[in-house]
Amino acid sequence: MTKPYYEFKPYNVGRWIVWSLFALVLLGAPLVFSGNLSITMLSQMGIAIIACLSYNILLGQGGMLSFGHAVYTGLGSYMAMHALNAAADGQWPIPVSLIPLVGGVAGLFFAILFGYVTTKKAGTPFAMITLGMAELVFAMSLMFSEFFGGEAGISGNRVVGEAFMGISYGPPRQVYYLIAVYTFVCVGLMFAFTRTPLGRILNAVRDNPERVEFIGYNTQKVRYLAFMIAGFFAGIAGGLGALNFEIVTAEVVGAARSGGYLLFTFLGGATFFFGPIIGGILMVLAAVLLSELTKAWLLYLGLIFLFMVMYAPGGIASLIMMNLRVASFGKLREVWVAYLALGVTALVVLLGGGAMVEMIYHLQLDAAMGDVVKYLGMSLHPKDAGSWFGAAFVTLTGLGIFELTRRQFSAQWAEIQTEIEKEIKRRETQ
Amino acid sequence: MEFFIISMLNGVSYGLLLFLLSSGLTLIFSMMGVLNFAHASFYMLGAYIGYSVAQLVGFWPGLIVAPLVVGALGALFERLTLRRVHKFGHVPELLVTFGLSYIILELVQLIWGRTAVEFTPPELLRGPAFTLVHHANDSLEWFWGSVDGAVCAGQGVICSPFPATRAFMMLVALLMLMSLWLLLTRTRIGLIIQAALTHPEMVESLGHNVPRVLMLVFGAGTGLAGLAGVIGGSTFVTEPNMAATVGSVIFVVVVVGGMGSLSGAFLASLLIGVIQTFAVGLDHSFVSVAQQFGMEVSDAMRENSVLKLTLSQVAPILPYLFLVLILIFRPKGLLGTREG
Repeated sequence: MTKPYYEFKPYNVGRWIVWSLFALVLLGAPLVFSGNLSITMLSQMGIAIIACLSYNILLGQGGMLSFGHAVYTGLGSYMAMHALNAAADGQWPIPVSLIPLVGGVAGLFFAILFGYVTTKKAGTPFAMITLGMAELVFAMSLMFSEFFGGEAGISGNRVVGEAFMGISYGPPRQVYYLIAVYTFVCVGLMFAFTRTPLGRILNAVRDNPERVEFIGYNTQKVRYLAFMIAGFFAGIAGGLGALNFEIVTAEVVGAARSGGYLLFTFLGGATFFFGPIIGGILMVLAAVLLSELTKAWLLYLGLIFLFMVMYAPGGIASLIMMNLRVASFGKLREVWVAYLALGVTALVVLLGGGAMVEMIYHLQLDAAMGDVVKYLGMSLHPKDAGSWFGAAFVTLTGLGIFELTRRQFSAQWAEIQTEIEKEIKRRETQ
Repeated sequence: MEFFIISMLNGVSYGLLLFLLSSGLTLIFSMMGVLNFAHASFYMLGAYIGYSVAQLVGFWPGLIVAPLVVGALGALFERLTLRRVHKFGHVPELLVTFGLSYIILELVQLIWGRTAVEFTPPELLRGPAFTLVHHANDSLEWFWGSVDGAVCAGQGVICSPFPATRAFMMLVALLMLMSLWLLLTRTRIGLIIQAALTHPEMVESLGHNVPRVLMLVFGAGTGLAGLAGVIGGSTFVTEPNMAATVGSVIFVVVVVGGMGSLSGAFLASLLIGVIQTFAVGLDHSFVSVAQQFGMEVSDAMRENSVLKLTLSQVAPILPYLFLVLILIFRPKGLLGTREG
């Protein structure tokens, strides 16, 4: 069919560069970080990226705050694990590479089933119903031990059948590349989804459901469809998780997992497509590295989240984009001193606060192991008033100076923003 | 019969505790449109603060101090963070309280440790409030307090005590609800609150400070949660997990009752309290019931994982099943008025 008008389609160079770079990063990452721990972390990151992006179809694109996304990743994991075990027994001829798709179909199926109830509502009631659903599934996972494996969970072996072209999925590196391929394809598909008419009308449902009803769309149906798509990709992430860990326990459908997806998708940035990718990477970094560093990591995470919601509701992605905008107008030079001051004072606050938190934890948990806490090369004495006084002094001083610099910075930031607005207006009139 | 009475009373007392929580949640929701995700965390905070005060000066001062402290903390939180994100819309408001629930949980573990603390009720509330004695000749007798052990040891005699903490829970909840109702309907501040529910702009232009009213309501709601925490913590168990166990149930209560409807929340609290208590007490499964009615039960049926579940095993999921059923057949909730 020829179009009656001439359409000029530029070759979208920027997009080609971005996606090729993404593929290159996925390919090259295990060569740069080649340790065993880093390979497993990279695998987990790929899985987390798919999961967070699928969650963002709900949160960022549909404005649906779900507290039960782990239901779909988790049930996907369980189904994938059962499929893997069936394949290992020879009951079901399915290659291991396609097992994540089984998880995806399972996620889709459960999203069709549960989504019918949850997407009847939007906004706050939707959030509460997804929470109820998550609790329902979690409580069931402890009831039906045949399917969910009870407390111990179910485990399997991903090395099934003959190695195909040397790929047996025994070594973690091979699994990483399988995950990388799935990550690339899923990220691409989910990006493509944002460009479809359904993806666009989903944004409209988020912004103004009433008007969407007026132009003849059924908002409930739009939400339902988006919910299914999110469930499908969540299931793929779950299936990959089952292959990666070779064990699925009831905590994959738990509320903590769902909360994690919400937290990190938001931290990464729900308003931009690439935000959840940052979120997924942070999720693995926090869960693996931060939890090693301190026992109070959830406290820091909660505080960061709280401040993020209050001061930068667009997440890290929006911070990056705002600074890019400032940089493109050549004004980043003016703020870097303020950034430095903010960073240093924030570190001082963290130093003092962290010392106090560590001392309290020491008193709580391992008081029997002596009176000295090792903290960043210093030794603190939690039973000594001096350490407490020092830590409190550092925290309060840091807080004071931080507040001063923050006030200065926000004045400066507002000034720069008005200058940029002026500059844009000036360019438009030319 | 005595099983029915005791279970009913247990269920009603649990339901009243749930209502103590869900009334604050509903009030906050209908005034500010904010679902306070950290509501159960304030409940937990109340239990722990009550525990600490009880250690220092005794249970009764704790019962008064802890709700006040929790209410003040809630009001402070509203003033410092919630008011700030109000302009971003409802989802960020919900997210702020979600973040707060993480912080409170971690702080509680930081201060009071990760294991349960021993929060015992005072001497006065330790024994049973009354005891039902089922005599061998099928007659029931009622005794205040506990019964001499010799009576219960008799042949065919069953003693069913009702704990005093449960009775106290009912008493406090009913008193608080009465005073809340009187406050809302009979006082000046109550009238302003009611007016601010529907016409905030109008109330504001009449010269009332609506943001301060909102702060007070938030503080009062969290204070009620704190009070429930002191009672619940001393009756059940005070542990870092208590927020999660009760939290999702009160959300179910609020949805089932109808978002923003106080009377609906009352009905739903009682219903869920009673249903859950009865289910825990009943050890029947589909298979055992079928056998009682003389039906033939095959081995396959006996091994079926769904049919062999007893009602007490299913108890944890009943509130959520109830939620799903309500949403399918009556989406606006039992007594709710708004759809969507």
